Amino acid sequence: MKANMVQALNNALALELESNPKLVLLGEDVGVDGGVFRVTEGLQSKYGKDRVIDTPLAESAIIGTSIGMAAYGLHPVPEIQFSGFIYPGFDQLISHASRIRFRSRGRFSCPMTIRSPYGGGIKAPEHHSESTEALYIHTPGLKVVIPSNPTDAKGLLTSALREPDPVMFLEPLRVYRAFREEVPDEQYTIPLGRANVFQSGSDITIISWGAMFRQCVDAVKEIQEEEKLSIELIDLRSLSPIDWPAVHSSVQKTGRCVVVQEAPLTLGLASEIMARILEKNFLHLKAPVERVTGFDTIMPLFKLENYYLPSAERIKSSIRKVMQF
Amino acid sequence: MSLQKLTDFSTYKLSILDEQGKVDEKLLPKLSNTQLVELYSHLINLHVFDEKALKLQRQGRIGTYGSCAGQEACTVGTAYAMEKQDWTFPAFREHGVFMTRGVPMVNVFQYWGGDERGSKVESDMNCFPVAIPVGSQPLHAVGCALAMRYLKKDAVAIGYFGDGATSEGDTLEAMNFAGVFQAPVVLVCQNNQFAISEPRSLQTRAETIAQKAIAFGFEGIQVDGNDVLAVYQAMKQALEKARAGKGPTLLELYTYRMGDHTTADDSTRYRNKEELETWRKRDPIVRFKTYLTAIGVLTPALEEKIMNEAVSKVERAVQAYETMPAPSPSDMFDYMYAQLTPELAEQKKNFLAHLSRVNNASSSKSGEGPGFP
Repeated sequence: MKANMVQALNNALALELESNPKLVLLGEDVGVDGGVFRVTEGLQSKYGKDRVIDTPLAESAIIGTSIGMAAYGLHPVPEIQFSGFIYPGFDQLISHASRIRFRSRGRFSCPMTIRSPYGGGIKAPEHHSESTEALYIHTPGLKVVIPSNPTDAKGLLTSALREPDPVMFLEPLRVYRAFREEVPDEQYTIPLGRANVFQSGSDITIISWGAMFRQCVDAVKEIQEEEKLSIELIDLRSLSPIDWPAVHSSVQKTGRCVVVQEAPLTLGLASEIMARILEKNFLHLKAPVERVTGFDTIMPLFKLENYYLPSAERIKSSIRKVMQF
Repeated sequence: MSLQKLTDFSTYKLSILDEQGKVDEKLLPKLSNTQLVELYSHLINLHVFDEKALKLQRQGRIGTYGSCAGQEACTVGTAYAMEKQDWTFPAFREHGVFMTRGVPMVNVFQYWGGDERGSKVESDMNCFPVAIPVGSQPLHAVGCALAMRYLKKDAVAIGYFGDGATSEGDTLEAMNFAGVFQAPVVLVCQNNQFAISEPRSLQTRAETIAQKAIAFGFEGIQVDGNDVLAVYQAMKQALEKARAGKGPTLLELYTYRMGDHTTADDSTRYRNKEELETWRKRDPIVRFKTYLTAIGVLTPALEEKIMNEAVSKVERAVQAYETMPAPSPSDMFDYMYAQLTPELAEQKKNFLAHLSRVNNASSSKSGEGPGFP
């Protein structure tokens, strides 16, 4: 089928609701309304109000009750309407969801998939555009996934829905309806923890994820039209756990690397990637690793958001800088 | 223009057994003499356990501990009313819930002794581990209750919390979800009058905690928490109601924390002796004993037997706890996810290799045991 990311996610949820009676969806506006972005469109009318549950407006309770459901054997899929509103439920994630298995030495567990749109680029109000994946990556016990295209979105979400542990499934708003592509009709999984080497190359490695990965694809296309460069382009897809072998083998091959993230600079995932590259590949490096990131500022309202978000131009500048070192 | 009265609510308090050990026959729960003795034994077990735990903490044999002295009837009375298939979600002062439901006492010592294995209860023990962040766990009970109903199980979830937790948003959100979805849940508030140093009056201007349920559209009742028969009876009814699909209940168990908040606290800084003495006269175990003696169920010989059994049970549990091999450092890594991630596998491998090098080095020095690296 031809599908954008919203439709691919909807399809993944529908197929899993069909095959797993223990899967339940809950959140604000996920039922009758089909979600404010329509990711759950049509699911309540098909699978019933006890499986696609419109809840009171309370993020902590959405995640907190999901923990109880998961402990009893369901696989709840709480939706947080925008990741900027997750903070009332943050305590439940950090203090409980991520810890139940450890705390009980495996007697209890918390299989659930927390879905939430995130990121900038759609001219939204305040709190609707941040990129906060590092908070979850830094929390032991959670897994973190960010797809960059409809096909991956469907396969990765299907995997997440079968995970025995809590997964933060962050959906880049900017990609939701950005493009359509051919997505397989049948159910399939893409394993968590595996990066996608989107394009092989030998001069430099570009690492990114989510909406920024699309930006990298554009930047790489542009720069390769301008100069002769062999660029390896990696879409991480799974941010926790990370496919470190994919990162290291690529950097050992190219000796140069640029990491692109939408989040603020300091202590973002790009910082960790740089540190690991240094630890493992010091003698392979031909230039210092570069980062292209948002700034350590508040994500501005949309008159300025395109200045905040890493642009193809900034990515190209960093690639040139590394190549010319 | 008019001003109409829209609602009219009342709040009730249940007490059956008074401070003198006299009962209201009409309200008595249906318990056989054997059950009454069993209930009494649970109270004594908990009491002896609690005193022992305080001693062990002072001797550095367990970590910080929160005593349940004075509140024994709250946990024992509620847990005794439950069925095996019910699930409990405790805060951190519900030792009596674990033990009354059959979790071995050694597990409770282990937990307070800093060993997560204490929370690994048997697969047929539906006792969720201790939750430390105040008021965060009633939501888990509500979610569990919704799953029970969805899976058509004849089970009820029970969430425990204290008076301080009623100021937390999560507790109120739990009540709201319970009400909206008519969840088969019982929310049990042990109102022990204190959140560390802060009296109940600082948590809410409301006259009772029980009445908070009214705002969420379900029934709340205050119960004399030092009256084990009232606690049992109220819980029994709330459980039956939930099982019959008639929705949630909030029980406010009105009690008093006789000890410090934990062994790290000094309650003489914020409360007076007179108050303590008033509550000492309301001791839940003494009054139940008086009643059982008066009706001839408890004889001095039986009382002594129960006490002796409790003491030896506690001693056996302490011995089991103290002779148990320490948990392995690899446990830190092994229970993060269902399957060890490659990243954690590497961290674990490197750390264990380091440990083994350090331990080999230190054991080659004469007489030095392995230390922390």
